[in-house]
Amino acid sequence: MSTSFRTLKDLPKEELLAPGHRLCAGCTVGTTIRQILKAAGKNTVVVSSTGCVEVATTYFPQSAWRVPWTHVAFENAASVASGIQHGMAALYRKKKTDEKLNIIALGGDGGTFDIGIQALSGALERGEDFVYVCYDNEAYMNTGVQRSSATPYAAATTTSPPGKLSKGQNRDKKDMMAIAVAHGIPYAATACPSYPYDLMNKTRRALDVEGPAFLYVLTPCPTGWRFDISGGIEMGKLAVLTGLWPLYEVVDGKTKLTVQVPRREPIKKYLQAQGRFRHLKPEDIAKIQEKADAVAVKFGLGPLRQ
Amino acid sequence: MKKVGLSGNYAIAYAVKMADVDVIAAYPITPQTTIVEKLSEFVANGELDADYINVESEHSAMSACVGASMTGARVFTATSSQGLAFMHEVLFMAAALRTPMVMANVNRALSAPLNIWNDHADAMAERDAGWIQLWVSSAQEAYDTTLMAFKLSEETRLPVMVNLDGYVLSHTYEPVELIAEEAVRKYIPSRPLVNRLSPKTAFSVGVVGPPEYYFEMKYQAIDAIERSRMPISKITADFNRSFGRSYDDVYAYGMEDAEYALLTMGSMTGSARVVAEELRKEGLKAGVVSIRTFRPFPVERLIEKVDGLMGLGVMDRASTPGGPSNPLFSDIAACLCGLKDRPILQSFVSGLGGRDISPDNFRTMFKATKEAADAKAPKPCMYVGLRE
Repeated sequence: MSTSFRTLKDLPKEELLAPGHRLCAGCTVGTTIRQILKAAGKNTVVVSSTGCVEVATTYFPQSAWRVPWTHVAFENAASVASGIQHGMAALYRKKKTDEKLNIIALGGDGGTFDIGIQALSGALERGEDFVYVCYDNEAYMNTGVQRSSATPYAAATTTSPPGKLSKGQNRDKKDMMAIAVAHGIPYAATACPSYPYDLMNKTRRALDVEGPAFLYVLTPCPTGWRFDISGGIEMGKLAVLTGLWPLYEVVDGKTKLTVQVPRREPIKKYLQAQGRFRHLKPEDIAKIQEKADAVAVKFGLGPLRQ
Repeated sequence: MKKVGLSGNYAIAYAVKMADVDVIAAYPITPQTTIVEKLSEFVANGELDADYINVESEHSAMSACVGASMTGARVFTATSSQGLAFMHEVLFMAAALRTPMVMANVNRALSAPLNIWNDHADAMAERDAGWIQLWVSSAQEAYDTTLMAFKLSEETRLPVMVNLDGYVLSHTYEPVELIAEEAVRKYIPSRPLVNRLSPKTAFSVGVVGPPEYYFEMKYQAIDAIERSRMPISKITADFNRSFGRSYDDVYAYGMEDAEYALLTMGSMTGSARVVAEELRKEGLKAGVVSIRTFRPFPVERLIEKVDGLMGLGVMDRASTPGGPSNPLFSDIAACLCGLKDRPILQSFVSGLGGRDISPDNFRTMFKATKEAADAKAPKPCMYVGLRE
């Protein structure tokens, strides 16, 4: 498998996501797309589901996309991508076109975990040759921070507020990677724009395999997570370094860690940096630390820094 | 041209095969399923070179069709009832994003209670989606209309829905005259449309349309279907000339001297004509008007046909609960409201959920139309064939 990006010199200079889009200040999704498009190159079609990216990048008469881009609805990015893939494949086979393009479907956590999971499952099961990128900012940020099934335990959102009877989100995040991998797809990986080479190399590998690939990217959201707009990249790093967001890939069913964490940071550091966890008591934090410890054991991460 | 015994569904499958479609995305639903079964058989046997996508729902079927159509491929799907309802939001997008495609909708009632038999509620509920809606009344017409639909769709860049009544047409075998494949190819050459997702163009398709622009963008789709009247007439006339048929937007039966008529759509037209014929022998000047092009609605042609009538009974095989009238009746009333000498209109709902509309039912409706016209006082909507 190719590992094409090691230093800045390896990166194409061309920017395929134009500046001036309307994503919030400090949003890490723009950074993610920029990195993904650098890895994918110009011969790429992007299908967006409804969400932050779609509304912020294509507000008519402007569009930030320098690659062909389309959006149809919220829940169907994967099935629109299926149609595009088959349309182009059929026309190529029937010698009606000589174009062959990368196809990337792009959905937020709501568009992937919740409303779009059926279309995604269908496309993964059918073995369509495309890459599905889920940018996970852990709630419905576009509509004003409502909980999704990707919202982590105890996080405050506008529809999972902490209160006398509530600690915030009452469930753990859905294990979307396990669900994607269960479809027997050739490639799945987690990523984070705080680790750009890792993300770009994974994008390349996802595009290179034949069949569906699932790229699952954590995108810290200053607006919804409530931290300073300068802190997105650091927040992503903390998610990885605390063991909450292990960076790994699953190739033909075999899991491999791509970024080792020799000394894990305590989860407290990550939680206390975000307003959405401000209501947590020490015992809640201890409970979440236990969850992070379990992830560390599962993926063979290093011990906790004391 | 050879004649073969085909069901309405198989007739459509043959038309799709001859149209050399590139992509089919479909999900099984009764009574549509035999269309896509036949098509997947054609693909499996190598008789049709197309990508057949076994999607996991109708929502995804329509979504995949929109995606495939954007690449310039010729696209087909088929559905019925709940399937069409499940596609609902994407139907509007297919029209407004101007993605040509043809869909056969085998008309079936909407739940609840679950019912797999024929009525028109499914298509009526998607009336405002911006699709061209054609209605057929025989297997032959289903075959021919499907061929015309591809040409029409690609010329107008609008999606086209071909409606045929569940079971009555979809599963009934009739002799169908198939056009030679070479002649079909000549009629609709299989050349791809522009790939709107090519890096050569780098378009953004399906953007946010804020209030400063949405109205104009939406109007383009409204205007497109308004303007499709001309291509519909032309394509129909060309088809009639090339293949010896006599299709029209509006059909008139006995209307030269009719005083009372029923207005129908779909397969019930045949029964209405038989009863009109009988009534004519009994001295009632009865006629039947039927609509083939439901969207865009053939306003002027309809006015022309009903001119001079005393009473017109409008048969809806669907209902608008709580509304002032039912879908087809509303349209007819809107068409005629500006006329000085318009016929008295009487509204009927009949045949919901596959309830047979018997010759006696048609007699009742003709009679009630005459009574309403003679008294110049129509009754509220009559539910014909409903048990009390």
